[in-house]
Amino acid sequence: MIERPPNQPPTAGEGSSLFGDVPEIDLSRGRVDLALVRLRLAWRTLRDGWSIFVESRIGLLSLAIIGVFALMAFSHPLLMATVWTPDVYDPVTGYAFDQFDHPASPTWRHPLGTDSLGRDILSQLLFSARSEFILGITAALVTVGIATTVGAVAAYYGGLVDSLLMRLADLIIALPGISLLIVLSALFSLNLFYLALIIGVLGGFGGTAIILKSQALSIRVKPYIEAARAAGGGHFHVIFVHIIPNLLPLSLLYMMFTVTGAIFAEAVLSFLGLLDIRMSWGIMIHTANVGGYLLGGTEYWWLIVPAGASITLLCSAFYLVGRALDEVVNPRLRRHDG
Amino acid sequence: MSGPAGGDALVTVDGLTKRFPIAAGMFRKPTSFIHAVDDVSFRLGSGESLGLVGESGCGKTTVGKLLVKLQEPTEGSITYRFPAPSTGGHLAGSVDAANIKGRQLRVFRRQVQMIFQDPYESMNPRRAVYDTIAEPLLVQGIGDVQDRLDRVSEILNLVGLTPAGAFLFRRPHELSGGQRQRVAIARALVIGPSFVVADEPTSMLDVSSRTGIMSLMQELADRLGIAYLYITHDLAVARYMCHRIAVMYLGKIVEMAETEELLRNPLHPYTRALLSAVPSPDPMRRRDPPDILGDLSLPVDPPPRCRFYERCPMATDRCAADVHPPSEEKAPGHWVACYEA
Repeated sequence: MIERPPNQPPTAGEGSSLFGDVPEIDLSRGRVDLALVRLRLAWRTLRDGWSIFVESRIGLLSLAIIGVFALMAFSHPLLMATVWTPDVYDPVTGYAFDQFDHPASPTWRHPLGTDSLGRDILSQLLFSARSEFILGITAALVTVGIATTVGAVAAYYGGLVDSLLMRLADLIIALPGISLLIVLSALFSLNLFYLALIIGVLGGFGGTAIILKSQALSIRVKPYIEAARAAGGGHFHVIFVHIIPNLLPLSLLYMMFTVTGAIFAEAVLSFLGLLDIRMSWGIMIHTANVGGYLLGGTEYWWLIVPAGASITLLCSAFYLVGRALDEVVNPRLRRHDG
Repeated sequence: MSGPAGGDALVTVDGLTKRFPIAAGMFRKPTSFIHAVDDVSFRLGSGESLGLVGESGCGKTTVGKLLVKLQEPTEGSITYRFPAPSTGGHLAGSVDAANIKGRQLRVFRRQVQMIFQDPYESMNPRRAVYDTIAEPLLVQGIGDVQDRLDRVSEILNLVGLTPAGAFLFRRPHELSGGQRQRVAIARALVIGPSFVVADEPTSMLDVSSRTGIMSLMQELADRLGIAYLYITHDLAVARYMCHRIAVMYLGKIVEMAETEELLRNPLHPYTRALLSAVPSPDPMRRRDPPDILGDLSLPVDPPPRCRFYERCPMATDRCAADVHPPSEEKAPGHWVACYEA
């Protein structure tokens, strides 16, 4: 169809070697491995984003905190398999026989002491970290998966579809979140997975969907959407190839905020004793409360402080990572005072 | 109004009209309309390039989008007459654009393409040059990965982005404005269209890369036999690029003729005003002050009289009383819509 012209139009002055970092393809070597090139491109994007992210000290610190909690989550099964005997250190059924009185204050064998039922606090803390991660990440994935699709679809089709989805979002926002979760957990026996699903669905059809839709609206009117339509791209193609990839940075941001919300909600419900889960930071505080130790001031600090501090730290860490990502995603927020 | 292209016209536009409702509020019927394109007719032959010239907001871009079926007309018809193709997968014969739907529309997109005005916004910033250019091939299901890569490299060479390998996997922000517009041209041409709507492809570029893009487009038109509808506000660009020029004012075509005829012998007062506004390189030349009055207004529910009446220096009582003047052939192939011309 297309022949090569004998005389090439000039390219001089249009700077072809300004960006030495661009993957250059040697077309003369036969087959080109597209997957490999894409991997390199993705790596480059990641590296560029990271170089902006590290400028935020709070973001880095928060990432480190999340890393520490992740290590804690991984260390529990390791410790149980090696140095901790299950009948003493199991977070739910263990009992510290070496102590006469429970709750016992920290000792070498029990660095954070034991609770009123004689169970090791450190073991509970480490065990719970894993649940919090599973809960937070599941809820965040569900939220963002739903919200991104709903936002893109509402913005793209507009009209009736948009009205229905957005009124549903308004309805969900109008519901008081924690109260609704309390009612639901009273009616059904909620485990960690169902809780994550409910939080994810509420967030996904609610506020996050509205935010992502507003972003999708600004993408929808870009000429490259029209260009894709003119190329013959269908609705599915435009939504999933053009709109959603441009929403993903913002989605990632709201994932972080959802993790915070999910961990917080779990702590509240566990504290009220409404969840059907084995152990969590909220349940640890619940146990302290049921035993009447919450009113004892700082005398029984190890019953409250480790779990409380963990909830606060992990929630704020995810939130602050989100804020730091905001600067990567949204160039207008970057400070140029270097 | 019709052109000299005669019966073998590639595109025949007849009475094309597009009105945009101005929303009056939810659940209320719109009471006002913007008459973006009003009763526009022209013909465009195979391999011919027609310039559509006018001020911003006169409806040029809307005509272009109607032609490539990115928008649907309120009234009027667009008929394409595609020459019988040698290979399958193309529409052939006379096709009414209003009837093209579904699968046919996808095939139609292979033959009619558009180059967009803004090279900075017409490319998805997250996608590499290869993805942008290969998109028409991908959504049309043409070739496998290697075929597409070959074809994209070929077209990159053709639009002067060489060596192709150095450009394939750049993102738009790593290209200059001129390079981006070359990519945009490559995207429109990669699928081998017979008709391309070029919506001010050079207006966002600096002057130095403008001529490069224009000569590239002309060379490709000659080489590949592509017909252009070249939308521009710049008469100098239209003169360089187009066989014929149509001058548009507030949704109406007011004058249409062969390029040189129109420039040498403008009949409509608006065309004259446009020509007198073209800058002259001679500093000693005295220029008459433009003799049109006021500013371009939005065509919201315009009165039926001549659209140019408010600004026309030659307006008479007849212009105020009668409807918008019909287009008449004052000289062979020279059509004007004016009572006083």
